[in-house]
Amino acid sequence: MKETPLIPAGVKRCSKWQFSIWMAAVTAVLLWGVYAMFLIWYKGLNQTNMNDAYGFALWIWADLAVIALGGGAFFSGFLTYIIGKNELKNIINYAVIIGFICYSSALLILAIDIGQPLRGWFIFWHANVHSMLTEVAFCLSCYFAVLTIEFIPLILENPKLDKKPFLHHLSHNMHGIMAIFAATGVFLSFFHQGSLGGVAGVLFGRPFAYREHIFIWPFTFFLFTWSAAAFGPCFTILVTKVTELITRKKLVKDSVYQLLAKISGWMILTYIIAKTIDTLYWAFVTAPSKGFTLMDFYASSTYNIGILFAEIVLCGFVPGLILITKRGRENSFLLMTAVILAVIGVSLNRWVMVLQVMAVPLFSFNDWYAYMPSWQEVATTVLPVAYGLIVISLAHRYLPVFPQEKELNPID
Amino acid sequence: MFPFCFEWAWDMGHIVFMGGLWYALSIIGAGLTFAIIKSIFDSTGGGHDNHDHGHH
Repeated sequence: MKETPLIPAGVKRCSKWQFSIWMAAVTAVLLWGVYAMFLIWYKGLNQTNMNDAYGFALWIWADLAVIALGGGAFFSGFLTYIIGKNELKNIINYAVIIGFICYSSALLILAIDIGQPLRGWFIFWHANVHSMLTEVAFCLSCYFAVLTIEFIPLILENPKLDKKPFLHHLSHNMHGIMAIFAATGVFLSFFHQGSLGGVAGVLFGRPFAYREHIFIWPFTFFLFTWSAAAFGPCFTILVTKVTELITRKKLVKDSVYQLLAKISGWMILTYIIAKTIDTLYWAFVTAPSKGFTLMDFYASSTYNIGILFAEIVLCGFVPGLILITKRGRENSFLLMTAVILAVIGVSLNRWVMVLQVMAVPLFSFNDWYAYMPSWQEVATTVLPVAYGLIVISLAHRYLPVFPQEKELNPID
Repeated sequence: MFPFCFEWAWDMGHIVFMGGLWYALSIIGAGLTFAIIKSIFDSTGGGHDNHDHGHH
């Protein structure tokens, strides 16, 4: 009997030795991160440079950033299965894989950050129902389950697995009810993204983050949810473009990129207008009422007013305006510039909301709080990147991720 | 998480929080159970295998 190949039919992949060298290099980076992770679990959080001023540090930034960047999965799922943008079915598989990597990374980072992972289940069993972070933990875990369910049918489409009748039917039946899972994913994402924003808004001891009245609810909630839905698809486009560059193949038609980029552009623009209104009210009403001026929050050499300009204008309005114009989207240089700026923009926003919040002095006799992550913190933050590269490499090699790949790259 | 946990109280916080969690878990569980049972039924010859492979 002829053996079924592991690689999907009709597509070309690099040789086994090329793939092995690549995987060995990425695995070496992964092992560095795993070593640091076990060091932290064995010796404790004294391996980090977190301190009384920095209870939230590099890990929480990485957590919030990957959750925002992984927002492409829920929003693309919403557009594909709920709104009915069928064109996006050609990129939804990859969006789901990227989302899966992002959310599993977020959970991994949290497992390291809690210090005592063996007590991680306490957050479910002994839930504090007055904490927004409890809701985040619930929704994050449930949404990761949803992403796993969305990823499984794709794994089952591997030629070897697809030969088994039960697995073949399971893949088909899971696809059949995917709209239910996608809708559940949107519901869960809405709440955990929103609550992550809400946490910053109620920090009344941190005037850089604190908001009042409608600028807590619904603003802080919607700004985080909206930004994840707006910038997440840009990360999906960026990763797909980088994959095309590395594999030297066109994997998705331009029309798909155009549609996703256009929707993302309008989402970014509406988000950044709302963010500007929020910032203006905070700068000219909320902060002065607590005895601060705007420049008090930007008086450091690290955190100067340039960071606000970069977040709002350079990485907000600029990519938004590029992506809403047909000429901007169709120019590949401008498209790439816009998606890179957008990805930097949302990561910068999460950095500001986590680390600048901690850095700003609380009293006139305080100096700016300094923090430099330890190598263990850096290694465990790089760990998810290496892990993501491994998952993407395996998925691209062995699974039919891109429905248009055969058509765009015919084999003679 | 459960009414038999010592800190459980029948207040609005627990009902909304835990209700939301169990609601989401029920949908995920029911969907997954349906797909598995239907696949067992289909693969043992109870269903029709006439669907195409155009699902993505």
